[in-house]
Amino acid sequence: MNTKQTLVVIGNGMVGQHFLTKLVETAAKDQFHIVTFCEEPRAAYDRVHLSEYFTGKTAEDLSLVSPGFFAEHGIEIHLGDRAASIDRQQKRVTSANGVVIAYDKLVLATGSYPFVPPVPGHDRAQCLVYRTIEDLEAIKAAAEKSKIGTVVGGGLLGLEAAKALTDLGLETHVVEFAPRLMAVQLDDGGGAMLRQKIQALGVKVHLNKNTSLIDDGEQCLHKMNFADGEVLETDLILFSAGIRPRDDIARACGLEVGPRGGIVIDNQCKTSDPDIYAIGECALWNGQIFGLVAPGYTMARTAAADLAGAEAGFTGADMSTKLKLMGVDVASIGDAHARTQGALVYTYQNGSSEIYKRLVVSQDKKQLLGAVLVGEASGYSTLLQYCLNGIELPENPDSLILPQRHDESVGLGPDALPASAQICSCHDVSKGQVCGAIEAGCTTMGQLKAETKAATGCGGCAALLKSVLDCELIKQGVEVSTDICEHFPHTRQDLYNLIMVEQIKTFDELLDKHGRGLGCEVCKQAVGSILASYWNDYILEKPHIGLQDTNDTYLANMQKDGTYSVVPRVTGGEITPDGLIALGQVAKKYGLYTKITGGQRVDLFGARVEQLPLIWQELIAAGFESGHAYGKSLRTVKSCVGSTWCRFGVDDSVGLAIELENRYKGLRAPHKIKFAVSGCTRECAEAQGKDIGVIATENGWNLYVCGNGGMKPRHADLFATNLDKETLVKYIDRVLIFYVRTAARLQRTSVWMENMEGGLDYLKAVILEDRLGLAEELEQQMQHVIATYQCEWKTTLQDAQKLKRFRHFVNSDQADDNVVFVEERGQVRPANAEERRHFKLIEEAA
Amino acid sequence: MSAWIDVCHIDDLQPDSGVCALVAGRQVAIFYLPRLHAVYAVGNFDPFSEANVLSRGMVGDLGGQPMLASPMYKQHFNLQTGICFEDATVSVPAYPARIENDRVAIQMPE
Ligand SMILES: Cc1cc2nc3c(=O)[nH]c(=O)nc-3n(C[C@H](O)[C@H](O)[C@H](O)COP(=O)(O)OP(=O)(O)OC[C@H]3O[C@@H](n4cnc5c(N)ncnc54)[C@H](O)[C@@H]3O)c2cc1C
Ligand code: SF4
Ligand code: SF4
Repeated sequence: MNTKQTLVVIGNGMVGQHFLTKLVETAAKDQFHIVTFCEEPRAAYDRVHLSEYFTGKTAEDLSLVSPGFFAEHGIEIHLGDRAASIDRQQKRVTSANGVVIAYDKLVLATGSYPFVPPVPGHDRAQCLVYRTIEDLEAIKAAAEKSKIGTVVGGGLLGLEAAKALTDLGLETHVVEFAPRLMAVQLDDGGGAMLRQKIQALGVKVHLNKNTSLIDDGEQCLHKMNFADGEVLETDLILFSAGIRPRDDIARACGLEVGPRGGIVIDNQCKTSDPDIYAIGECALWNGQIFGLVAPGYTMARTAAADLAGAEAGFTGADMSTKLKLMGVDVASIGDAHARTQGALVYTYQNGSSEIYKRLVVSQDKKQLLGAVLVGEASGYSTLLQYCLNGIELPENPDSLILPQRHDESVGLGPDALPASAQICSCHDVSKGQVCGAIEAGCTTMGQLKAETKAATGCGGCAALLKSVLDCELIKQGVEVSTDICEHFPHTRQDLYNLIMVEQIKTFDELLDKHGRGLGCEVCKQAVGSILASYWNDYILEKPHIGLQDTNDTYLANMQKDGTYSVVPRVTGGEITPDGLIALGQVAKKYGLYTKITGGQRVDLFGARVEQLPLIWQELIAAGFESGHAYGKSLRTVKSCVGSTWCRFGVDDSVGLAIELENRYKGLRAPHKIKFAVSGCTRECAEAQGKDIGVIATENGWNLYVCGNGGMKPRHADLFATNLDKETLVKYIDRVLIFYVRTAARLQRTSVWMENMEGGLDYLKAVILEDRLGLAEELEQQMQHVIATYQCEWKTTLQDAQKLKRFRHFVNSDQADDNVVFVEERGQVRPANAEERRHFKLIEEAA
Repeated sequence: MSAWIDVCHIDDLQPDSGVCALVAGRQVAIFYLPRLHAVYAVGNFDPFSEANVLSRGMVGDLGGQPMLASPMYKQHFNLQTGICFEDATVSVPAYPARIENDRVAIQMPE
């Protein structure tokens, strides 16, 4: 017997899904059997970050649904099935596949569709839109056959689509009907600056263009004919001329819709039928459609609360936005066009650095009404908080947009914000809620995000959230200890600076000057690594020996039974038959277990300490050198076979990999570093899973940074495109040394970048634009490391004193009798405890 | 009181680091900490990994107590008592050690 009511949700997009997650958190969850229709072939995904589908994210990465969500909450989802009609008399929904569900309550979350102007020819082949994953697949396919692509519409989405087209390697045009770009958000000055910057990136912008006909082109597939008589030839057309609410199904069942579309809702998100709600981009509130995700989420929360009998209301939403378009920061806040009565406007324009800022303030100069920022939007959070919370402006409001001298800060400290101030608009998290979570014990960004969901939507509020966190922790007297350990009241970065500034050469010297006690394995290894990165001395010099972990001390990797594995360098994974034979011979002679590693080399296991020098003697004679597999240092540069052999290859990935590996081998870092180079975008070397990834394109090399596999995989971010080799190497030099200098202990590049204030953008500014004026110094330091490279095994073998360490006992030539091997699949492996006991018994009996 | 057993010359030791010696059939890890002018000797067998590796661990102090970190899974042992810092129910044997006339000697229970 089922006493539950049925709740049907039409549309499983961003807002529909948010509604479901909110509803199952309320008591209403037990009251309803929930059914949802999802027209798309997959459940909800992150449309806001859709473009990242082109830069490596997969459909799974973009998914907004945690695995097992529907099953866990007993939600019946009809994937790939569109709700076709609603019968309000019978209270039934019928789907395109013929499923009929009787409902008690109904929620419409049908979103919107891209508006395609009814220009003759708009339905020709390769005339596409940009809204779903399927759209992107179609664009990708079409781009492969195209040279020129054109976006119709110069709004926010259009420019994002234009970026996608340039990333796909097309010559890109943007055609806009209005006299400026982003007409909704920007004023003329801001629009002009944006245009200038975007054109500098190679996109051609055509304003005041009204397309009247699309027909056959001469050079290209299409010819676009404009009302002013001009024409433009293009192979691909992307329409991004605005969105229209998907209200057809509501219209057909007689629900009230707006004169220009949109399902009319009240403050509880109810439509003209009290049993039917509408939320997201299909809904029309107070004559307004909200084309952003945050207001949609607020509607979702409102409807869920209303169904659960809780008090909630949707009372409009702030449409401020900040985004990065083709690398250009653009932000628009509140009344950007100064439409408020008596509003005053301040503008700041810096032609040479291409920055445009505009403030709109109230007549009494006390309130911020709106703002436009182009080219530099770091002040966005502060300005938005002024605007939303009605915080009184400083005496000279223009100080908020004028360039600052170093010693001044006009940022609004988190203390100035009231508890009601909204920190995260995607998930509607207030400063009060954040502070509550901190009081309840959250001390890291990770915990705070998990607890409050803040900064897990578009992520725009991450910096603000962090500053609230730090500020609160300090107030609570929680000492935010970043000390490396009890022996030094410093972070790894501080220690690095001390060593650099005071030119300190040994751990003892550093301990005497800045530390206490004897040190421990934590600070010793960290300092050992810094000294090695900075001075690049031989790590087994007497003062440094005690700083090395066993792997570094014995220049090999300790395995579970106390034996070591040996990994000679095989640059780029390229090895001659003679090299392979030599490895085989050594392995055979010393009875080593051999395995191919993930980094395209050969690992030889089961070497006893006393065997290491003998093994290396032979390896070096055969032309091998240390692979640094034991160090926190550059490991491998993996490569695919590339253009030399591969029929798809566009450049010599093996050659570049070998060059890079030889350049950076021996570089000591806070953690291991892995590279890969692929010869074309098919990416067989999996470069996007590496700290440094390089992919060949028709026009040069694309550089990716800060990816990794392992425990917490992370896709690398595209950092710079179409580079020649010289520039590529320069950028890599800088990134690596900047990482070595500023990362925390044992921090991989991915976490380093994610924790960096300003993240990827800041890193780009430092490396590509040299914002800190450090570029030359970073390159020089790399030069020093390269110039002082030595094969640590070669050096060790030449030093009888050093070789003394490579024996198990100082006072005997016996071997460790606890190391016992048995055979498996034709090779040795360490005996397990049981087998070892057995072996001992036999020995004693003998 | 058991006798001092001569083990090796002081030059065989590694400052701020360890070596392993075979003493009366047992594997002993010996550490020399110049800042304390002290040598310490503990069993070389790591009870956590069941491998003879402690001589290859790093040394220093924790809260002022001289300590050794296992190279395998990084547990810490007190160099004076052999007791594990993380789990006081686990310990390694600790042997008295001294330097006399540049020779290292340790005492071992019968
Ligand atoms: C490329 C791109 C970038 C964007 N960037 C941003 C941004 O930076 N910031 C921001 O705030 N917003 C951004 N947006 C807008 C944001 O994605 C939308 O505001 C949000 O997706 C709206 O959610 P929704 O659930 O209302 O609609 P949708 O996410 O479109 O979901 C509606 C779903 O309902 C389905 N559907 C419709 N009718 C039916 C039916 N009859 N039966 C079954 N299913 C049906 C649709 O197929 C769709 O899956 C962007 C949008 C795009 C396309
Ligand atoms: S990435 Fe490209 S060049 Fe390299 S092997 Fe794959 S298909 Fe060939
Ligand atoms: S995945 Fe685990 S078991 Fe495998 S090599 Fe790495 S640490 Fe060892």
